[in-house]
Order: sequence, then structure tokens, then C-alpha cells
Amino acid sequence: MSTLRRRVVALGATAVAATLVMAGCASTETVTEETTATGSDACAAYEAYMGNEGTEVEIYTTIIDPEASLFIESFAEFEDCTGITINWNGTQEFEAQISVRVEGGTAPDIAIFPQPGLLAKFAGNGLVPANDATSASVDENYTADWKTYGTVDGVFYGSPLGANVKSFVWYSPKTFADKGWTIPTTWDELLALSDTVAAEGSVQPWCVGFGSGDATGWVGTDWMEDLMLRFQDAATYDQWVSGELPFNDPKVAEVLAEAGKILKNPAYVGDVASIATTTFQEGGAGLVDGSCAMHRQASFIGGILAADFGATIVSPEDTTTEGGITTFYFPGVSADNKPALGGGEFIGIFADRPEVHAVQHYLTTPEWNNKKAALGGWFSANLGLDTANVADPVNKVAVEILQNASTFRFDGSDVMPAEVGAGSFWKEMTAWVAENKSDKAVLDAIYASWPY
Amino acid sequence: MFTLALHAARKTPADIIAENFSLLALALLSFGAVIFLFFLLASRTSVKTQEWLKYLVFLVPSILLLVVGLIYPAIRTLILAFMDKEAETFVGFDNFIWAFTIPEITVVLANTAIWVVTAPILSTVIGLAIAYMTDRMKRPAAIKSLIFMPMAISFVGAGIIWKFVYNYQPNDNKPDIGLLSAIFKGFGLTPPNWLLEAPLNSFLLIVVMIWIQTGFAMVVLSAALKNIPDEVVEAAMLDGAAPWKRFYLVSVPMIRATIVVVLTTITIGTLKVFDIVRTMTGGNFQTNVIANEMYSQAFRQMNFGRGSALAIILFVAIVPIIIYNIRQLRLERTER
Amino acid sequence: MTSLINKSLVKSKAKNVFSSPWAALGAWIIAILWTIPTFGLLVTSIRPEKDINNSGWWTFFVNPNISFENYQQVLFEGSTTNPPLYQFFFNSLAVTLPAVIFPITLAVFAAYALAWFEFKGRDFIFFSIFALQVIPLQLTLIPLLQLFAKGLVIGDVTIIPDLNITGTYIPIWVAHTIFGLPMAIFLLHNFLRQIPRELIEAARVDGAGWFTLFSKIVLPLSVPAIASFAIFQFLWVWNDLLVGLTFGGGAKEVAPMTIRLAEMVGTRGSGWELLTAGAFVSIVVPLIVFFSLQRYFVRGLLAGSVKG
Repeated sequence: MSTLRRRVVALGATAVAATLVMAGCASTETVTEETTATGSDACAAYEAYMGNEGTEVEIYTTIIDPEASLFIESFAEFEDCTGITINWNGTQEFEAQISVRVEGGTAPDIAIFPQPGLLAKFAGNGLVPANDATSASVDENYTADWKTYGTVDGVFYGSPLGANVKSFVWYSPKTFADKGWTIPTTWDELLALSDTVAAEGSVQPWCVGFGSGDATGWVGTDWMEDLMLRFQDAATYDQWVSGELPFNDPKVAEVLAEAGKILKNPAYVGDVASIATTTFQEGGAGLVDGSCAMHRQASFIGGILAADFGATIVSPEDTTTEGGITTFYFPGVSADNKPALGGGEFIGIFADRPEVHAVQHYLTTPEWNNKKAALGGWFSANLGLDTANVADPVNKVAVEILQNASTFRFDGSDVMPAEVGAGSFWKEMTAWVAENKSDKAVLDAIYASWPY
Repeated sequence: MFTLALHAARKTPADIIAENFSLLALALLSFGAVIFLFFLLASRTSVKTQEWLKYLVFLVPSILLLVVGLIYPAIRTLILAFMDKEAETFVGFDNFIWAFTIPEITVVLANTAIWVVTAPILSTVIGLAIAYMTDRMKRPAAIKSLIFMPMAISFVGAGIIWKFVYNYQPNDNKPDIGLLSAIFKGFGLTPPNWLLEAPLNSFLLIVVMIWIQTGFAMVVLSAALKNIPDEVVEAAMLDGAAPWKRFYLVSVPMIRATIVVVLTTITIGTLKVFDIVRTMTGGNFQTNVIANEMYSQAFRQMNFGRGSALAIILFVAIVPIIIYNIRQLRLERTER
Repeated sequence: MTSLINKSLVKSKAKNVFSSPWAALGAWIIAILWTIPTFGLLVTSIRPEKDINNSGWWTFFVNPNISFENYQQVLFEGSTTNPPLYQFFFNSLAVTLPAVIFPITLAVFAAYALAWFEFKGRDFIFFSIFALQVIPLQLTLIPLLQLFAKGLVIGDVTIIPDLNITGTYIPIWVAHTIFGLPMAIFLLHNFLRQIPRELIEAARVDGAGWFTLFSKIVLPLSVPAIASFAIFQFLWVWNDLLVGLTFGGGAKEVAPMTIRLAEMVGTRGSGWELLTAGAFVSIVVPLIVFFSLQRYFVRGLLAGSVKG
């Protein structure tokens, strides 16, 4: 290592340490000397990742500010102690750019894939299998299915990072209390409640928005998946996702018809066609300004509604806060049928270097997951995650669901072949509401596009 | 020194700016110096040497760059168009057969045709009108800048601008944030859901394209109008030609070649445009065009075979435009 | 030559009289129509976030509620991942200047050659370049990137070595140069072709070589064309996101402003208030360029030369 490089690294480490006011590991001279010299308690925990001083690791991701800053913050101690510099490189063009960079020979060291389906594309095409330490850590800290999402043809590549839970209906506890509505526990009760709200007339029962730029329609696929898990069993869901069950099978048609009971009912959602042109952010906003009663959306919408529309996330018991929103479980067919649908990110590595493995390994540990969760607005499926570190009441419930749900399934469209999962499924669900396309035409069109 | 820029992750902004600008100065100076020296030496060579040296200096650098940067990728695209999505097996014409048998292909082709006909013509006509109307104006800068401004806005910005025009509020109790809806309601009319109703939505997207491209047409045509000698216009005035006649009998024919160039350029740009469609409707509601489908196949669904096949189809689509331009060029040469 | 230009300049100034008030009115109407959407953006950029989401921008005039927080946030707030915007502003300049100067220089050369050198295959080359314009940028990224990252090796022969320039400005400059060339050559060729043949031939008879001819006659005459193309190339490069993202190798030290602005939108596509302000910050430089280059559109550079 040249002296020049060393100086630069040391300078970087100092800058980070200074901004974050991190005591203990801050270096003044060079990282190498300082860490070995002090060997302070804070750094003892990082024993497993030592020996990579002065190296750099690039993380390429869709996650950008403000979330990115929290990630950087959560790495600071790791960086100071191990001497590994993590360069966070976030871009919204990730999905298109990652293949350009891999093919072009400038693959990042680490990529955070928003869907496991995308990660699988790079297995055998640049992706480096996780090493034994990472693999063992994932075995220990996650349920087995999370490991399978990152496994392609028996080789384990992608370790789980963040997670979200989708089986939520957002509502305002204050409105519900004021109107005397009760939380439904079955699908029929949910429909009955929708009728009650519609009959009462002051608010629209549901707000729905499918709009999301060139990914418009994904909200619709989430509805389908959630109901698929409810009206069919988990095994059927798996067959559906893998393509064993044809997309136009009567079992799928049954589920779409159930979804239509809400999504295509003008008494519940207002103008059906404009669901397609309402963005998913605006869809949730109706809850905050009181123009609708319920909104089915994943846990992450809370952060958006809080940041952009002035919502406050409260616990279900809080029936007094104006503009307070929270969630109830998206009910199943019966009250004891409680499957959960979720999603998450996966870390894949493209460089077989010890420091890269070290970072991947570190991100699977309960230590890091707790540290990150404590910074707020985030959680993962890590079993070592202490719910005490998750401040947000909705996220707290989500973590409990992740850790305890009897049936948990991953977002199906993220696992389906891209032609469907990032193509026809979105497009057809959009046409289903926008052009009032029939159930049969929708399912047949998706079936036709499936690369069986 | 070059690799340093990549790794020195946390230097102060001032350091980085200084370093970047030294590199910038170095690059510009060496580029200038090379060109200057070449010219100095080349202009002193004999006439005979210049006969071959001129190709080396003037033409070869561009050709080399284009071969490496565009022709090689074009050939690669052509090959990929006949491969499967992993680019591993040869699949013959499968990708092209797919392209012409997807259910929405008629909509996609029809939309692309509508775009290609309307956007270039309207942009050019409006651009020419502005260029002509401001040609003899004392201070045309303000008007021209306003027309030109859309070109200066990055596409991310343009997307938001038009969102505030086309936004539709389904809930009657909430205020509109879309200008068009508000204007409609102001006149007591019920606004349609702008981006949902076909074929209205395609035309609204085309309006965005025209809004951007008119500035281009105006600047180029304005420069061309400035090249018409005063004598010609004066002569026409002395002949007593009315302003309108002067325009289409004198000005337009004199800049015909430039008009063809502008039309051609905007047509090619229109064939390639996909971000307007992608960000505003995502290709839904029957607004899809070939270029958007190409992008979506290649980068959303990671099927480079299909994406490349669509790119080849686009390429074939401009053949008629090329032929027209060849004719124009030949015509002009014989005229001279 | 110079006296000719001066003469026509004086002349054109005297000729300003025939502007019609109706034409001016028409032009103003179109200009205002064209500006309304952008004006909405400007108004939006100085409104507080909650207002933006809850009322139309035109209600601002009834209920003015100004907040410069958006600009404050866009311009000066860096983060742990990102330096402040002004560094990206300078990055953009460092990307743009060479990426405008290189392709225009090369394109003027090529356009001159294609317009005035008589050689076999000229039309073929010209129309090939013309056709290259239609190749979608996205499909050229991978091969070009491979070239920069690994060099070009065919079989065992290294044609272009691995130059180790990833993460510097050089790949960005070269890429912009390549992508800008076809259109630049096409447009400039059209202008250069219109230089009167007599002018070129007279110079040739006087014994001017091809190089002298270029620097003494062709270059001065093509100033308006170069100026107009420079404006466009500047805009494309300045507003480009894709090339900077792909060829910058993700290094913040070379990333242009557009990359930073795109990041500010927020992970899930909300945050218009920042984008509106950001869009206005980035629009300033292109407008300055437009104003400063516009004065090169002077009447009469080709005065006295009627084509045909």
C-alpha cells in the first residue's frame, strides 16, 4: 500500500469519526496502527472481520438518501475498527444499470438486490457464492425460507438484508373509534365493514393507487398475492409462483374475482379506472386527510405518508391523535387463517475478496441488524432482532409477524420470471382496473406471456 | 493519478474540485495543442501530401470513434436480436416473430406512427413560425429563451412539470393540482382522466415532445433564416410581395434543406423517445411505443434478444427517411 | 472577407425596421403558452411541501406562502453519503466542457471532409453516420463499457489495452464524444454544404491548401452553425444522467449534478419539492449558455451568396 493511499484512507476514517462523534476507535495517524494499538472494547466485537485494513468495498443499491445516510451511520463503527471503507453508491437506475455494469466488466463489489428474482439472473454470471461464515450466520439468524430465496440451483448467494410485510390494512384508529367501526378479522367481515362504511356515506371505504411510473400495477399484484395466500393454501401459492399452476387456472380466477369485490367496486373505491392513474403514494394520502377509511399497503408506506403527507404513525390503542394512522392485519378467510406476505432485499457479491465477504457476513449478524433498526424506520427478518430496537409501532408488529408467522411467503411477482413479475402481471392488473378488462382476459394474457 | 480519483473517497470538495479542474485543463490544453500542431505542420506540407493528409486529419478520427463506439455495438445488437434472452443460443427470427405477434403490437405500431407523423411536423412548423416572426425583431432574445427553455430542463424536471398539468383528481372533494382539470372545471366542464383515455392520452404525451423539440427547430431554423441574404428579401419586398407570400415563396424555399434536416432529426428523436412514455404512463392505457417496449424488454425484463430485435425494427423504420435524405442531397448537388 | 462581414452587419442593423407588430404579438402568445408549465414548476419550487401536495400551484397567487427551504435543502445540505451540491455542479462543468468541445471539433472536421472532399464512398460514409443516430444509446453502453474496463482483445491480439481509466472523466468524455458525433456531423455537414462553391473554388485557385481553406474560410463561416450545435450538445451533456451514471463507474468525484438530483427525489419517488428546486438550479447554466451563444446568430455571414 502506498503512503499516499494510506494517508487518504486515514483521512477518510477520521472524517467519518468526526462527523458521527464516535469515540473509541477514532484514528489520528493511520487506521492500521490505531486499531491494533488501542484494541478498545468497542472493537473487540469485530474480531472476525479483522485483517482487511485499508481496503474498500463498494455497495451498489437502489437505496438512496435519506435512508442511505442511516446505513452509513450503522457501518461507522465497523469501518473504524476493521479499517474497511464502505463506499455507498445508490441510484434509482440500479435495475437497468446492474446488468450494464456486470456485463461491462465494472461490476460492483456488493449489490443490494430489491428482488431475489433479479439476483438469480446473475447466478453463474458474475455472482460469487457466499462464504461459509456468511452461510453459517444466515442459518443461525434467519428462518430457512429466507435462505432459500437467496439460493440458486443449490448454491447460496444472496444474504437477506431489510424486509417489509405487506399483509397490512392501514386505517385511522381515531376515525374507526369515532364511527364505532370494529376491526374485521375475516374477509367477510372486511367486506361487511366496507359496506357499512359505504352506507354511512361520509368517507370512501377504500383508497387504492396502482401508479408507480414504469412499474405501475405492482400494487395490484400485491393484492393478488395476499389473497392467493388466503383463498388457496401455501402449497398452491408456491405452485402458482413457480409456474406449475397455470396462471389462468380456476383457482387463480377465484382469487382475482375476490380481489375484484373490493378493487372493482365503485361503491368502495370510487372511480375504478383512476386507480391506475393514482400513484401509490397519493393512494395512501387519502387516509391522512380523512377521505377514505382503509388502505391495503406494505409496512413501508407509513414512512412515506409521514414524510410527505404529514401522517403520524400511532399504535392501534391511540384513538385520539388527529391524522394518526396504524394497521390491522389483512384478514384471511377465517380468523385463524393468518398467512403473511412480505418482501425484502438481498445482498449479492461480485468480488471474491476477504473484505467483501467480511461486509456481507457482518450484515447478517444480529449486532448490525439491531444497530440499524435502532436508527429507525427499518427492520429485517433477522431472528436476533430485538423488537425493543424497533420504535415504530407498525414495524414492531411487522417484526413479530416475520418472526412468528406460521405461513410466510415472499412477494410472488418478485420471484416470478421477469416477463411476468416485472411485465405482464403489472400491465394486466393495470388494464384490469383502467380498461375494465375482464378477469378471464387478464389471466389468459398473463398465462400467454409466461415462459413455461 | 487517475485511479486516485476513484479511491480517495472522502477528500474535501475543494480538493476534488481542484483536482478535477487540473485534469480538465490538462485535457483541454493537450487536445488544443495536438490540433494546433497538426494544423501548423499540415498546412506547410506540399499540395500533394495534403491530398491524403486531409483525410487522416479531418475524417479518420471521427470514423475511428464511430466504428468503436457505435458500429461495433450496432453489429452486436444485430447479432443479439437473433439470440435468446441469455444471449446464448441462436433462435433465428423468434424475437421478430414475437415482436409482431404480441397482442398489443397493433396499438404499439399505430402509436409509433402517430408520434412520428405529428411530433416532427408540429415542432418544425411552430419552430419555423417563431423563428420567422422573431427574425426581424429588435430584441428576440426573451421570446426565444422562453421557447427554448423546455430544452434546457432535464427530463426528470419535465416529468414533474407535466404532472402538474395532466394530474387528474378522482375525488371531487379534493382540490385539483392538475392545471388542465382546473381549467376545465373553471369552465364548468367535467375533465376526463387525461392520461387514461385513449387516444387522447397519446396526443397529450406528444404535446410534451413538441414542447421540448420546438426549441430545437427554432434555433436551427433561426440560424438558417439569418443566412438568407437581405438582398433577396428586399427584392421580394420591392416586387410588392405580401408578407405571407414572401414567407412561403422566398424564405421557405431558401431554407428548405435546413427544414428537411430539422424534420429528419426530430423524427429520429421521436422514434427513439421512450422516457416521456415510460415516466408518464409506463406504456399503459394503450400509449406504448416501440422504443419504450424496447427499453422495457432489455432493461426491465432483461431480455436483450427481444430488446435488440425491437431496436433493429426501429433501425429499419428510418430507412425511408434515409432514402428521402439521399434524394434531397442528390437533388441539391445537381441544382448547383 | 472581413470587410464583407462588416458591411453586411451594418446593413442588417439598418434593416431591423421591417418587423411587424402582429408577428411580435403572435410570437409572444406562443412563448407565453410555452412557458406556463415551466412557470408552474417555478412557483412549485418555492412552495412548502404540504401545499404542493394539497393544492394547485396557481392557488399560490391567492394564498402566497413562500418557502425557500427547498432551495436551501437542495443546494447546501450534503449528507454522510454525499458532498454538497456545489461540488457536483463543478463536476458537471468538468464533464460538459470537454464533452462539448471534443465532439464539435471532430464533427466540424468530418463535416468539412464530407461536404467538400471529392472521394469515392463519400455518400455511403455520410449516410452511414446519419443512420447511426437511430441506434438507441442504451444498447451501446455494454460494449463500450467493456472496452473501457478491459480493453479490446481479439484472439490473442491486444488492439486496445486496458487503460485503467475507469472512475475518471475520460470514459465519460469519450462516450459523450462518440454519442454526439453522428448528429453533429449531420447538422454541420448541412451548413457547410451551403457555403458557396465559388468561394471555395476561388480560394483553391489562389493556392490555398485544404488546411488553410478550413481555417481561413470554412471555420469563420460556420460560426453560427457551430454555436447552435454547441448549445444542443451542451444541453444533452448537461442534462444527461445515463452516460454519467454508466461511465463514471459510480465515483462521486466525477458524478455530474443530474445524478445527485435524481437521488434527491427520494427512494420511492416522492419529494417533488426538492426536484422542482433542483430542476431550476440546473436550468440556470444552460440558459446562460443559450444567451451567450445567441449573439453568434448574426445575419449576413453568407451575404451575397445566393444558392442555386
